[in-house]
Amino acid sequence: MLTAIAWRNLWRNKLRSTVIFTSIAVGIIGAVVSDGFMSGMTDQRVNSAIANEVSDIQVHNPSFLLNGEIQYQIPHAGHTMRKIESIPQVKGVSLRMRIQAMAASANAGAGITLYGVNPAAERKVSDLYKHIIQGKYLSSKDKIPAILGQKLAHKLNLDLGDKLIVTVTDSTGTITSGAFQITGIYKTANDRFDEANVFVRKKDLSALIGYPVKSGDEIAIRLKANRQTPVVMKKLQHIFQKEINSKQIVIQSWDQIQPLLKSMIAMMNYFSYIFLVIILAALAFAIINTMLMAVMERTREIGMLMALGMNKRKIFSLIMLETIFLSVVGAVLGLIISIFIINHYATYGFELSSVARGLNYIGYSSRIFFRVNTNFYITSIILVVVVAVMSSISPALKALKLQPATAIRDIQ
Amino acid sequence: MSIIEATGIYKTYQETKVPVNALNGVDLKIEEGEFTAIVGPSGSGKTTLLNILGGLDLPTKGDILIENTNLKTLGSRQLIDFRLHNIGFVFQAYNLIPVLTAKENTEFIMELQKIPKKERSKKAMELLEAVGIADKADHKPGQLSGGQQQRVAVARALASKPRFIIADEPTANLDSRSTNELLEIMAEMNRKYHSTFIFATHDQRVMDKAHRIVTIDDGKIIGDETFEGR
Repeated sequence: MLTAIAWRNLWRNKLRSTVIFTSIAVGIIGAVVSDGFMSGMTDQRVNSAIANEVSDIQVHNPSFLLNGEIQYQIPHAGHTMRKIESIPQVKGVSLRMRIQAMAASANAGAGITLYGVNPAAERKVSDLYKHIIQGKYLSSKDKIPAILGQKLAHKLNLDLGDKLIVTVTDSTGTITSGAFQITGIYKTANDRFDEANVFVRKKDLSALIGYPVKSGDEIAIRLKANRQTPVVMKKLQHIFQKEINSKQIVIQSWDQIQPLLKSMIAMMNYFSYIFLVIILAALAFAIINTMLMAVMERTREIGMLMALGMNKRKIFSLIMLETIFLSVVGAVLGLIISIFIINHYATYGFELSSVARGLNYIGYSSRIFFRVNTNFYITSIILVVVVAVMSSISPALKALKLQPATAIRDIQ
Repeated sequence: MSIIEATGIYKTYQETKVPVNALNGVDLKIEEGEFTAIVGPSGSGKTTLLNILGGLDLPTKGDILIENTNLKTLGSRQLIDFRLHNIGFVFQAYNLIPVLTAKENTEFIMELQKIPKKERSKKAMELLEAVGIADKADHKPGQLSGGQQQRVAVARALASKPRFIIADEPTANLDSRSTNELLEIMAEMNRKYHSTFIFATHDQRVMDKAHRIVTIDDGKIIGDETFEGR
């Protein structure tokens, strides 16, 4: 009957209870939607970085990472690639030549990173071919083709079919230049990537710089699923234990290559919980206020219950139960609405076109697809109920201090 | 045999700057089955005496024995438990639990006493029948008149099978008809179940029904009359 009394007490002051349900629900919606937005931004940035920029895992010669010079190549690259390809979780492997270069047009010049890639293998590790907005991706049929980002094309005032002059240091240490024909222009969500990276065929680049076409200074590995990265990293470290120990190669996962991304994920999670704590703190005061009012309004009733023989434990439980019902109803309401909002924006995305340029500049797409971990939903609900229960301790203790005779005097 | 024995009861309230002596040496014995009215002017100490007899408050001085249990020796938890099993209450303002139906209000005390659901449900209906309100068993207090609510309060007080029932101004908010009906019901309960009733009242109609009238003024008993044959 205690449960029935607590539940029915909620509906004695419908307006007040509705205000509290709504506050809790809005609090939950605020926390969940902000987490969904931030997680969506993080996901989009990480997925974009993996798909277009760094892939899941990369292999280098350790000296290449220190100096960035093409002479530090991956020893026995073909053999290494075959071993990597034999891992079941691997979707694609691409051996690249990566070199710092100067790009120039008739009007301007810019420092770039020039990639020499095998187009067929590269398609399996990079989604860049999906981001071609003009022309087409690298192919074996074209004559010395190159693709570059829209931002760089604008900067150099170049268009499809124009010639791109690149200046590099060849295998003899001589500065040499070559001309490539622009066959495709890409655009990713990251303007800075688009401004600094040019892709050509490996055979054309090797002809220009004088390194064998089968050599390379970077192996990019793409997995069937990004979450398998830790497992594959372990396997690779086991397979290439000897090469790693003798410092012939170094293997890095995407979060080691771009530690900023890893920090960003941690920071976004941290922000989500900060939002949640702020919301919960506001909620705590609302609940304390409501339950104090409920206790003060019912001084006579609580006194009567004590007079009749209801012990303090039961009085305490009654107030706690009321608060739990109050918070659970609000939390469930908030959860249902949150799931609806998150599902909607997870499917259709949240458009931020008004700030698209700024977002693109820092590597984000202007359309954010929300995502919320089940854990965050569960944590939010549990925390709301815990905060509600803790907030009602003070009003409940106030109720326990009532003396039945005093309360009865109030009645009379 | 006395079920209540109050000896040398003093009660002083220290809540204001000037202490208020509500009771000044009250000695009172209540026998089982009595139908007693405590009367006196406002501020005479009726309610204070009733609170002390009902274990809602403790005397500043003196002893209150209920069937050989001295209430002053009980801790707060024991006192609550003692009230639950030994004392029934009927208040002036009815004080039913507003969210429960008449039947649930009657069952409430039995649930606190951990009486099985089936048994308490049957007993609640019997009591509501006895106070003539069984047809309103599913009504909540807000749907009942004052007289009907006070009948439910009497049923609730009787539900715990108390040693005695304390009724503080039970008819103060009722009209004449409801007052007569309620008094008749309580008198019937007194006759039928030998239930002991102690009233604090100003109401002449209650006094007319009482077997004993204890008059109190300035915290002292100044009269104690018994009326045989009522």
